[in-house]
Amino acid sequence: MSEAINKPAEEKKAAKYVLREVVEREVYQAAWDAKKRGEPVGWSSSKFPSEITEALGLNLVYPENQAAAIGAKHGGERMCEHAEAMGFDNDICAYARINLAYAAGHEAEEKPMPQPDFVLCCNNICNCMTKWYENLARMHNIPLIMIDVPYANTKEPDQNKIDYIRGQFDDAIKQLEKIAGRKMDMEKFEEACSNANRAAKAWLKVCSYLQYTPAPFAGFDLFNHMADIVTARAKKATALAFEQLADELEENVKTGKSTWKYDENHRIMFEGIPCWPQLGKLFKPLKERGINTTAVVYAPAFGFEYNNMDELMAAYCKAPNSVCIEKGVEWRETICKENNVDGILVHYNRSCKPWSGYMPEMERRFRKDLGVAVAGFDGDQADPRNFSEEQYNTRVEGLFEVMQANKAAKEGGNK
Amino acid sequence: MSAIYTMGIDIGSTASKSVILKDGKEIVSKAVIDVGAGTSGPKRVIEEVTKEAGLSREEISFILATGYGRNSLLEWADHQMSELSCHAKGANYLFPNVRTVIDIGGQDAKVLKVGPNGVLSNFVMNDKCAAGTGRFLDVMAKILEVKVSELEGLSAQSTEDVSISSTCTVFAESEVISQLAKGVHKNDIIKGIHRSVAGRVGGLAKRVGIEDDLVMTGGVALNGGVVKAMEEALNHEIKTSPLTQYAGAIGAALFAYKKYEGVNKK
Repeated sequence: MSEAINKPAEEKKAAKYVLREVVEREVYQAAWDAKKRGEPVGWSSSKFPSEITEALGLNLVYPENQAAAIGAKHGGERMCEHAEAMGFDNDICAYARINLAYAAGHEAEEKPMPQPDFVLCCNNICNCMTKWYENLARMHNIPLIMIDVPYANTKEPDQNKIDYIRGQFDDAIKQLEKIAGRKMDMEKFEEACSNANRAAKAWLKVCSYLQYTPAPFAGFDLFNHMADIVTARAKKATALAFEQLADELEENVKTGKSTWKYDENHRIMFEGIPCWPQLGKLFKPLKERGINTTAVVYAPAFGFEYNNMDELMAAYCKAPNSVCIEKGVEWRETICKENNVDGILVHYNRSCKPWSGYMPEMERRFRKDLGVAVAGFDGDQADPRNFSEEQYNTRVEGLFEVMQANKAAKEGGNK
Repeated sequence: MSAIYTMGIDIGSTASKSVILKDGKEIVSKAVIDVGAGTSGPKRVIEEVTKEAGLSREEISFILATGYGRNSLLEWADHQMSELSCHAKGANYLFPNVRTVIDIGGQDAKVLKVGPNGVLSNFVMNDKCAAGTGRFLDVMAKILEVKVSELEGLSAQSTEDVSISSTCTVFAESEVISQLAKGVHKNDIIKGIHRSVAGRVGGLAKRVGIEDDLVMTGGVALNGGVVKAMEEALNHEIKTSPLTQYAGAIGAALFAYKKYEGVNKK
């Protein structure tokens, strides 16, 4: 008793550190440990229903997350060149190229992870996934478990689509039971679903704090916190860490604090995946002009809640580039309105053809429907060769100048 | 009361332009040097424009730099702004009713929506590739062994339609070489090249929507062949000015005057 009293009170770690630890400990370290124990480790696409593997006690790591980390640590170009030398064209997604190079044995000290014993692919996030994961399965001669989500041509998925996905979901469970060597425990599955819902709810709450003016945090922070919602969605520790983050932000709102340390002259939506190798370069001209990113599409896309199996299937149909254009426009324009943006910065991502492909039409709709300034720039989520800092700066400056002009016009000024 | 002189400097990728304005209205001198950012162009254009005006640096009240190389003049200029706003403002000086600007420079192409008084209200720019820009025309002229300034006259003599399907400079180069090898007339190829540029940049214009007056600025607008091809592609009248290449510098000098006024009112 006295010992406990004499111990100095442990300082509570900030949520951002807790979140980082959850990914490192419960995802990557857990996978290395499993590998050492001789247990199978899987590689999973970011929006595969991990509730199944969580319930079966299988460990997963995430190629997209790994590729983003390698990209951010400036290893993307090296890995892409390895993949290109293997025959993968440089028009292919840079995440895919980085990961395929890693799978082929090219080391990446920036973010090592164990090689796969099985791969899980859900093409809701993009169709390039299918061929990417087929290649992984062939390279390692391992099982590929696939859940095909048909492209959406309606705002909401109909029952036929839900049934089609459900069939594959059930089949995936059977295949994964064989890999795990045990039967699915429904209680554990429900617990995983409950954790995923709790984490999603807290994550969406975190995202929603960007509605405040001024915002209690820098919108780019969301990109940094995404790792957890992508790789550790069905874990309790994730839910707890996001709840802590939501509490911190609520406190920021009360006290008027923010992690955004600059003026908030303007608020924008950042459309697309950031250029991970150039985060600093992306951020610099924004912070210099007091432009906070108070809306993003990418981050909340991984926060989805459901109440039953049909809703779970429907939730996995929704990803930023797999919803029909009407839904996509509605989704983004709602975020823009709720989060009071004055402008939109669109990343034409050379790695993500589906996402970038429908952007010119979306841009047109944003201009027409929202009447806000819109600027597009060319870049890449992980291949630094597809980004030009000078061109980006000019476009941000132009966006700023249009927002300034709009602001002056609103305030009755005349240029 | 003595006159107020302001200078606008537009440092592009392939040319440096400068204009000195008197009292925010009258162009008293202008200069262009055919090399841009990272060369002696910026220094030379400043020397030339001040010499022509018979003014010294001290007599110029405010200097504003724009264009791709504007940051290289940070120490020299009082302020800097994007070429987007400057071109909108400059086009408004040349054509007071301008509402849409197509500006094709050395390495970029942009379409600007312009409000009253030359306020930039929206814009679209080319992607990272320099297809459909001045650089594309430079490379094509080199292959065809003609001067860029000759392209307009030669394309006007074209008698047959030839399609240059690729807008990628590298692919178009081999396409043009193959057309030449087949014996296709140079003039027809040039017209095809102009249509290729018009098709690509015209697509950008359609994206933001075209309103009258539609004005073309930038060095490429000096080539009437491209302007004509653009008019055909958009089925729309395009206005140009002999001062088109100076639009960015004029806009910069106008903003310089506004900034000077703002500072001195305080």
